[in-house]
Parts: sequence; structure tokens; C-alpha cells
Amino acid sequence: MRELLTGLLERARQRAATEADAYLVEEQHSSVQVRLGKVETVTHSREQRLALRGFAGKASASASTSDLSRESVERLVDEAVGLARLTAPDPVAGLPDPGECASTVPDLALEDPGGHGLTPEEKIAIARQAETAALEVDPRITNSEGAEFFERRARYAYATSHGFFGSYPTSSFGLTVSPVASANGEMQRDSWYTFTRKRARLDAPEDVGRIAGRRALRRLGARQVKTCEVPVIFDPETAASLVRALAGAASGPGLYRGTSFLLDRLGTRIAAPAVTVVDNGTLPEALGSRPFDGEGLAIGKTVLVNAGTLESYLLDTYSGRKLGLASTHHAARDGGGVGVATTNLYLAAGETSPQDLIGSVKSGLYVTELIGFGINMVTGDYSRGAVGQWIENGEVAYPVEEVTVAGNLLQMFQAIDGVGNDLVLRDRTSAPTLRIARMVVAGN
Amino acid sequence: MNGNMKSLFPMKPSPETQDIARPQRFFEDRFGMTSSLLERLLGSALVGRVEDADLYLEYRVDEELLLEEGAVKKASRHVSQGAGVRAQSGERTGYAHTDDVTLGSLEEAARQARAIAERAASDAVVAVKPDRRPHDLYSLAVTPVAADVSGKVALLRRIDEAARGADPRVRQVIASLSSEEQIILIATASGWTVGDVRPLTRLSVTVIAEQDGRREVGSYGGGGRVPFDFFLEEERWKRFAGTAVKQALLKLRAVEAPAGTLTVVLGPGWPGILLHEAVGHGLEGDFNRKKVSAFAGRIGEPVASPLVTVVDDGTLPNRRGSLNVDDEGTATGRNVLIENGVLRGYMQDRLNARLMGMAPTGNGRRESYAYPPMPRMTNTFMLAGEDDPEDIIRSVPYGLYAVAFSGGQVDITNGKFVFSASEAYLIEDGKLTAPVKGATLIGSGPEVLKRVSRVGRDLSLDEGVGTCGKDGQSVPVGVGLPTIRVDGITVGGTQV
Repeated sequence: MRELLTGLLERARQRAATEADAYLVEEQHSSVQVRLGKVETVTHSREQRLALRGFAGKASASASTSDLSRESVERLVDEAVGLARLTAPDPVAGLPDPGECASTVPDLALEDPGGHGLTPEEKIAIARQAETAALEVDPRITNSEGAEFFERRARYAYATSHGFFGSYPTSSFGLTVSPVASANGEMQRDSWYTFTRKRARLDAPEDVGRIAGRRALRRLGARQVKTCEVPVIFDPETAASLVRALAGAASGPGLYRGTSFLLDRLGTRIAAPAVTVVDNGTLPEALGSRPFDGEGLAIGKTVLVNAGTLESYLLDTYSGRKLGLASTHHAARDGGGVGVATTNLYLAAGETSPQDLIGSVKSGLYVTELIGFGINMVTGDYSRGAVGQWIENGEVAYPVEEVTVAGNLLQMFQAIDGVGNDLVLRDRTSAPTLRIARMVVAGN
Repeated sequence: MNGNMKSLFPMKPSPETQDIARPQRFFEDRFGMTSSLLERLLGSALVGRVEDADLYLEYRVDEELLLEEGAVKKASRHVSQGAGVRAQSGERTGYAHTDDVTLGSLEEAARQARAIAERAASDAVVAVKPDRRPHDLYSLAVTPVAADVSGKVALLRRIDEAARGADPRVRQVIASLSSEEQIILIATASGWTVGDVRPLTRLSVTVIAEQDGRREVGSYGGGGRVPFDFFLEEERWKRFAGTAVKQALLKLRAVEAPAGTLTVVLGPGWPGILLHEAVGHGLEGDFNRKKVSAFAGRIGEPVASPLVTVVDDGTLPNRRGSLNVDDEGTATGRNVLIENGVLRGYMQDRLNARLMGMAPTGNGRRESYAYPPMPRMTNTFMLAGEDDPEDIIRSVPYGLYAVAFSGGQVDITNGKFVFSASEAYLIEDGKLTAPVKGATLIGSGPEVLKRVSRVGRDLSLDEGVGTCGKDGQSVPVGVGLPTIRVDGITVGGTQV
């Protein structure tokens, strides 16, 4: 990998690139899907992608290819350097200063070489166990969209014309189950999952299946409610989507373009004092961890929101320079160049149990699923379809569907008046149960 | 309908640019994949042991140009190539893919796909050649990826100038142009091969406007399987920029959207996303074979008002959702989904058609060689009715008129769907009054079209911007709608 990348950078230099960086990912992916006990689809793949970013003075361009033949790699350089001559110079464009790059590549235990040894039959058995457990939850679980077990193994390598080189391997494993409950002509689907870097850390297939089954079952009998303005509780999965939206607004590209509702809010109160949001890329074995960012800068821990105050944006070198700030080491690569991505992002746990949060609501909505794309990142205006449970006198009363929840993200974060103690890092973005004092629920 | 559609399809392919044999020659010249080699690969590895098998070769070039802050500072070009091998027995699919297009890798992929699928023993039935010939819907003299980059850069600059010049409140203009060419070759075990060369391009304009400390966004764009010059013809680029500016300025004075169940009038074109979410996905064959769709087993039943006829048509020249053949080699068709309110048919790929005892409909699509195909939409729209669009708005005492949407999603199983309005107005006493802020609309797929009480005569298809996601695979699609009135849909605003 090192030879390929340094050869590419050398060719870019010969073609008059003033600076360049290159990125290579090689991956293998396989999955098995079973449905109602029968094998449906088994897939296996091997892929690679090589990307180059070249600078001609202060102008830059990118090119990538999945073909690593000599001829193709040479064409990649010619295309990136050729395109860079057609783009406009940008005074702040360029690689980070060489001194900023990570001096070591820490081992974050992101690989599980032994975990990949399962035979197809063993993977099928895991998916079957999970689906069977879901179907056995209740006679009303009558159908299934299936269960899937998947694994992915990848190696990332990154090099710059300044001499940085780093590479690291990763593994990931996952299991999802999507059962369907039905009664009186009504059908409801829900799902549950487990997703880890170490196979031994996956939740037991039976537990994943049982939770998925219960989630589908509790939706039976769902109805609309009358339009109202009430307290709304977001379960950990849907609360995580609010945190994801907040991080999106805190990301550099949206800020320098002026397309974010967090523009000019650094250092100000943007959320209730109970809200602290952290991005930590150094957690061993965690799904979002990485030893260096997409520009070779060391990964660390960033406090985005500290007790309600916006303390940091999420920046790569370019967006940082545009805003007059230093990179927060959140650069991420894809074939198209450099963007910004979070690592392990979470809203810190509070002290109230989720039961007590529900118990605190006289009349309101407990949200368990959100659908649609109704977030305006420029204004923070928020309006999404919701599924959940109606809360009456502190208790879950009946399932709800075909309603929307609406507000404005800035106002919603400021109106958080309850933070659960149930934070679990199940995915790259996580949150505990959250209570928002008032939102508009639209129904009939 | 014809009157409206003509202006949308100015580029009839000329006979001398048609070249159906090109994909075959391309993969032969570049990778040495002759048809006899492909036949041997599929034959020796797969025939006789599985019911159906195919090989999908793909070569794709993508180019992206992005203008922000008045300059084109980002440009990128990507090449992807690879092959997917599929073997099927009963409900079982084995799929293996590789980005190494060599005989050795393909043999290995075929071996893996077969091993996966052949565990279910069954009588071998090899796929038969479809009887429909591929269409010729988008042969271009100069494809969008081949067009000169400096002309594209110049167009993006003109868009920036036009948008900024339109109003002093415009603060930021982000314009992007993506161009793509996909060359595919599909070979099946019965020895026939079919290929396609698919150009695709899209221009997007986003504008941020600011007034008195309030900032708002407007977006517009379009494209299709058309050459780069499409954007210059009829000054489309100027209209896209102007519409984005208009939308951002309108939203600067938008009031809170109402919350609750309202009469909603949908404008023509892109609001056809209603059909895509409310009924389209629910009529895809896989969900119905598995009986997890709210529409499962309901063919022949009324699912919409008698005013409603919905078709999915992959044969419209130069449209974003059109295909000469689908990604299994089946020629696309014009498939009636709902006829005068009655459910008529599903959209099928080969697997689900075979398992349901139906015919493939040319809807087997995949994002790339990295994925097995599944039933997907092409261009989905409602046929025109007889009402005057102005009359439809005049007929509403209080409601919402929505003309632009930012996206939608559906839960196939309970049928609930959402789509989010990004440009909408209040209707008061039959007149459009204040623009309202964005709001999500939610409804029930099998119910919402029963409430369609007026259908306009102004059918139009969208400008060519739609991308549909399903199970992690994205494919370009089109939608279309005449102006319609829906008597009751939940609007997710904040004004109680």
C-alpha cells in the first residue's frame, strides 16, 4: 500500500503538482440474509478505491478509481492534475502544515482478525436464531422481512507529499432483524440490531430477535392523535438523530457557506444546561474511532456542547482556515475530496431513568421512530413523521402513528428538560432518552 | 399529456448515433471479455445447477464540479469498474462481485455465487431470452462526461452571476454539475447478452438569501439522460437559478405552517413524489411476494379515487428515470399501476416475477455491480385529468398549496408515508395568500389517493433531480403529477 501511494504522489510531483495527498481503501464484505428460516441472499465482495487530491498552486482537484492497474493509476494522476488547472485558485487551499500531522498511529483495537473465521453455515445459523427468537415473541408476529448477518474487513492507508504515511485495519460485524406483527388486518414492522468491531461483543442473536419482536408488537393498534402541543420524549435511537443533526450544523463546510443554523453561535448558549455533546475518536474498539483523520491529523476528544454552550465546531483544515480557526481534526475522505465527519458522537448521560422521564409526563408523546427529511439546516426548522406511544398520566397508554412532531432544533435543544441515564454507545452516534418540554404534534 | 411532454423532450436521438453493439465492443476491447468467454464462464460455472444466473459488467465515469463563493474550487472525476455474478435457485440468491475484471476473478465470483445458491436442489430452468427488444431512448452525439470541462466551469460562473444579480439579498450561491456515463453488459446462462450506454447529468442550484438577520435557502435544478447543451437550450440554467432565488426570497417572509389535517393542493411535476412514496414502493414486487406491503394481495381492489390513473414508464426519451433495458436485460415498459382507481399491477424484477408467477416488467435495477438487482421504479406519474388548475385552487376555502418538496419516505408495511414541502402557500377563500415555512406531510398510502377529488389537465414530469434509496441502493428516478386536490392530509406545521 505504501509503495502504491508514494509512487502515485511521486508521479503527481513529476506532473507539476505542488502538493498532493492520496488515500486507499481495500475492503471485503459479506452478508447472509434469511427470511422465515430460509436463506434468501448471500453476498460476497472485494473492493478497492484509490483517490488522489492534487494541488496546482492554490487550485486543487480530486480523482479516484477502483482500477489499480498501472495504466489506470497514471490516468488518475493526469486527471487530477489536469482538472486542478481548470479550478479557481483559493488562498486558503492546501494540506495542513507537516508539523500538525500525527506523529504516531495509535492502536485502537479496531480489527478482529479472528472474528472473520465464520463459515457461511455459521452465519446463516446466527441470522436464523435471531429471526426465530423474533417470531417466537408472540403468535401475532406472523411474518418477517428477514434477518441479516454481515461482516466487513477493511484497510485504510493515507499518504501526503510532505511525507506522512499511516495505515490501519478495521473489522465490523452486524446483525439486524425486521419482524412483522399483524392483527385485525393491520401490519406493523419494526427492527433491532447489534453492530460492533469485535464479533464477541455482538449482542446474543436471541436478544436482538426478542427486542425486534417486542418493538413490532407494541406498534399494533396504532392510531392518530388530535393535533396538540405537548411534552415529547425521544427514545435513545431517535434522540441520536437529533444529535446527528446538531453535529451536521456544527460542521465546517455548512458554516463557511452560511448554510447552518449554528453560524456565529460559537461560545453562546444553544441548549439547556443539562446538555453536553462530545465527539471522541480515541475510544478503543468503538465503531467511530480512527487513529488519524482524513488529513493525517491526530484524533482526539472534542466537546461540542458543554453544559449548553457551543464550545467547538467540527472542522477540517480548509473549513477551519475559512473560519479563522484551527482544524479540530475531523477531516473525512471520500473519492470527491475532503469533508467533515464525526467519530464517536454522543450526548452525555443525565441522572434520570427513562421510566421517570415518561412518568413525568401527564399527557404527551414518546417517539420511537422518525421518518422523512424535514430538517431545514439553514434555519433549524424541524418537521418529521413520528411513530411512538401516547403517554397518559405518566404511563404508556397506546401506540401512535401518522403524526408529525415539529419545532425548531435550536429551540428544541434549549427546551430539553430531562436527560436519561440510559446512554449506550450502540452506534457511531448515541444519546440517552431525552425529554423536550413542548413540541407541536400534528394529527387529526 | 403529449402537449406538455413535447417541450420536455427536445432531443430525439438521431439514427446515426444509435449504437447498441458498443457495450459489447467496449468490454471486449478493454477487458478481453468476448461473448464466447462470457458464455463459457456462465456455462461451465453455472448452467444445470441453478435456475437462473447472470453476469453484470459495469464501467462508469463520474465527474463533479462545485461552485461556491463565486468560484469553481472543487472538481473531481471517478472511475468505477467491476462485475457482479448472480446465481439463483428458488428464493435463494447468491451474489458475488469484484472490481477486478479478469477471467480469474470472475471465475472465482461465479464459483462463490453458485456455492451460495446451489444448496437448494431443484430442477434446472435456465432463463429464457426476453422477447422485447431494447429501446433507444438516449443516444447522444456528445455525452455529458465527454463535454469540455471549461464550458461547464463557465456555465457555473454564469449561474453565480445571474443568481447574485437577481436580488441584493442573495448572500451565497452553491451550484453543482454532475455528469456520468455508465456502460453495462449483461450476459445470461442461456447465451444472450445485452448492453446499454447510459448518460446522465444534473445541475443543482442552491441560494442563501438574508434579510434583517433571517436567512433562508432555495434550491432548484434539473437534468436527465441529456447532453450538457441541454442546460443552455431555452436558457434552462437561468430558469433554475431564478427559481432557486425566488424560493429563498419567498421563504424570507414565510409564516408558520399550520398543524393538523387540511385540504392540500399539490402543484404539477415534482410533487409527484407523493405517488412515489404513497403507492410506488408499496407496489414493488419483492414487498408483495413477501406480503409485507400494505398493498399485498389487493390487485383488482379500489385503492384510489376513480379520477386516478398511475403509471410507471421507463420508456420516455431522455428522462432521468428511463432505461433502454433494466439491469437484468429486460426492456423497460409502460406499466399501469392504478387504473381509474383500481390496483392493476406490481413492478417486477426477474426473481420476484418468477416466484409470483408474473412477467418481469423491466423494473429490475441496481445501483452498481456491487449490488444484486431488485424491483425499483423508473418514471412514476399520474395521468392528466380535466380540471383547470386555477379552478382547483379556487375550489378550496382553506388549505395548503405545495409546489416543491425536499424528499419523502415510506413505511411499506403500515403504508404510512411522509414528504416534506419546501415551498408552500396558504389557500384562503380560494386564493393563494402567505408563503408558509417547510412542513412534513404525512398520510396513509392505501387511503390518501381515495381522497383525490380534482385532477388537473396540466400533467408535467419533474425537471430530472430525483434519486431513490432502497436497502442502501440509490438509483435515479423521475416523478410526475398534474395539479391535484387531496381532501385531507396531515400537515406537520407548528401553528396549532
